[in-house]
Amino acid sequence: MFTCLPVYIHPMRRAPHLSSFLFLLLAIVLSIAIGSVFISPVEMWASLTGNGQEITDSILWKIRLPRTVLVALTGAALGISGASYQGLFRNPLADPYLIGVASGAGLGAVIAMSIQWPYSFWGLMAIPLAAFAMGLLTVLVVYAIARIGHTVPTTNLILAGVAISSFATSLTSFLMLRSSDEVRRALGWLLGGSIQAGWLSVLAVLPFLTVGIAVLLVSGHALNLLQFGDDQAQQLGLHVTRTRTIILVAASLVTAAAVSFSGIIGFIGLIVPHVIRLWLGADYRRLLPLSLIGGAVALLIADVLARVVLAPQEIPVGIITALAGAPFFLWVLRRSKNQGFW
Amino acid sequence: MLKIQNLSVYYGDREVLKNIGLEVKSGEVVALIGPNGAGKSTLIRAVSGVIPIRRGQIRVNGTDLTTLAPIQRARHISVVPQAVSLPPAFTVWETVLLGRTPYLNFLGQTSSRDEELTRRSLEQVDVLHLAESRMNEISGGEQQRVLLARALAQDTPILIMDEPTAHLDLRHQLDLLKLISKQAREKNLTVMIALHDLNLASLFADRIAIIEGGQLCMAGSPKETLTTEILRSVYKVPVHVIQHPESHVPLILPGLGD
Ligand SMILES: Nc1ncnc2c1ncn2[C@@H]1O[C@H](COP(=O)(O)OP(=O)(O)O)[C@@H](O)[C@H]1O
Ligand SMILES: [Mg+2]
Repeated sequence: MFTCLPVYIHPMRRAPHLSSFLFLLLAIVLSIAIGSVFISPVEMWASLTGNGQEITDSILWKIRLPRTVLVALTGAALGISGASYQGLFRNPLADPYLIGVASGAGLGAVIAMSIQWPYSFWGLMAIPLAAFAMGLLTVLVVYAIARIGHTVPTTNLILAGVAISSFATSLTSFLMLRSSDEVRRALGWLLGGSIQAGWLSVLAVLPFLTVGIAVLLVSGHALNLLQFGDDQAQQLGLHVTRTRTIILVAASLVTAAAVSFSGIIGFIGLIVPHVIRLWLGADYRRLLPLSLIGGAVALLIADVLARVVLAPQEIPVGIITALAGAPFFLWVLRRSKNQGFW
Repeated sequence: MLKIQNLSVYYGDREVLKNIGLEVKSGEVVALIGPNGAGKSTLIRAVSGVIPIRRGQIRVNGTDLTTLAPIQRARHISVVPQAVSLPPAFTVWETVLLGRTPYLNFLGQTSSRDEELTRRSLEQVDVLHLAESRMNEISGGEQQRVLLARALAQDTPILIMDEPTAHLDLRHQLDLLKLISKQAREKNLTVMIALHDLNLASLFADRIAIIEGGQLCMAGSPKETLTTEILRSVYKVPVHVIQHPESHVPLILPGLGD
């Protein structure tokens, strides 16, 4: 009798995970292939299986691959944390960048860098930790300022986010100008450009990302409930305050880890969940994993563009995401005002 | 059976509910009536555990609800909230399926039994045909019925509703209240409904509890509670009470003043 069950299965929607994995694979191949030296898929395969030429091996293993992995992890982190913040705040415009978490985390990272910057694993670990602490502080301040009861109106959220993130950015600039020998590297870092790619950086973010992403990936049902407001979520059996806290901490951890080594990259956390929501609907159990993969795809492609647009010069990837993201943001703002649909 | 004793609730420093005592038996429908701001919604929020209580006890069949975790509480009490803004992008089906939450793990994985109960609830409130619609594509009255379907899917011994008929047309008001009293009798549900419409309360409630200024003024059968004197003193307007031609319960007509 369940044959007539009204559970929709649109053909495009049947295998969203499969198709997004194919996109991811394609983006990874592109990201490894494209750069000052082109590596064809054949050479790539040869190097990966241990039969490549020495030069190709060295470019692939020391430069392209760590960068690709770090960019993919960063994009994934921004995608899933964006989706989570949107669910927590019940606001489609919540994005780690727009609500100021990214800038706060950036400040934390710069504080850690200006104290010590030995290129060792434990020295590197201090950066995401400091970024996490400041990112969490920022989101709490923004939330406290912006909220009315348990809802967070868009205008309040964006205004508070802009104010707090300008504040954090000024402090960051101040710190960077003081430690002058680091200025150039840090400035590039801030723009989300000179991604600190190296296997050590990947290793340093991995524990934070793994924990944070694991928590967020199982939070889909809880976020679905929270969309109905705190009262209804609790009446349906959710421990609201505890759940909110856990998700907030996990999302900030993930954002902080991403910011620590890739700088402040806006709009990925806004665009990606939004496109997926339009494609597959509102269910956070699908939205979260797909935002994770979609974020990786989007940032990998932006990073490839950043390498080719002004080749041989490289531009900060944050410029690419902002160029695409700012108009998108305005479009979403108009749409969400017009029909309250998201 | 729902038993509320000496219940006091504060919003900040203000005592919004004062020493409420009310018992609703299994199979019984009790209507909460009273002027705007009297505290009906607050009582519902307190009983369902979303606001803390300052004093008193809320018991369900002997279990003290205030000691339970939200998920356990949600197996005892389901709530149809007052007309609210609902997340527009969820479908009716997804919304009602969430009623099964108290029986699911934290991933929210549903079984075919959960889906069967969801389908049956949708059918009961006559919105199965809307299952695939999004919540922003249906009318306020339909939304209200979807929320009732969700509460029915939650499958609890106690059902509480906050003005569930607010957006409904006459037919759906009657359908909904008939369904509720039928469910109360057949499944031995304990039902508490905040209602604005005194005549509907009179027609469908076994007992009526009048709340005014955060206090329970009185509780009793429609004949005992819906009298000219009591209503005049609670609502501060003159009323006439006549008899329903079929069921002989009191009906209330507003007076035109002195
Ligand atoms: N969240 C709140 N914070 C402070 N006061 C509130 C809140 N909700 C309701 N009140 C006040 O509590 C009283 C009872 O409100 P309510 O229970 O909503 O009344 P009813 O549902 O009977 O119309 C009113 O005076 C109202 O202003
Ligand atoms: Mg009310």
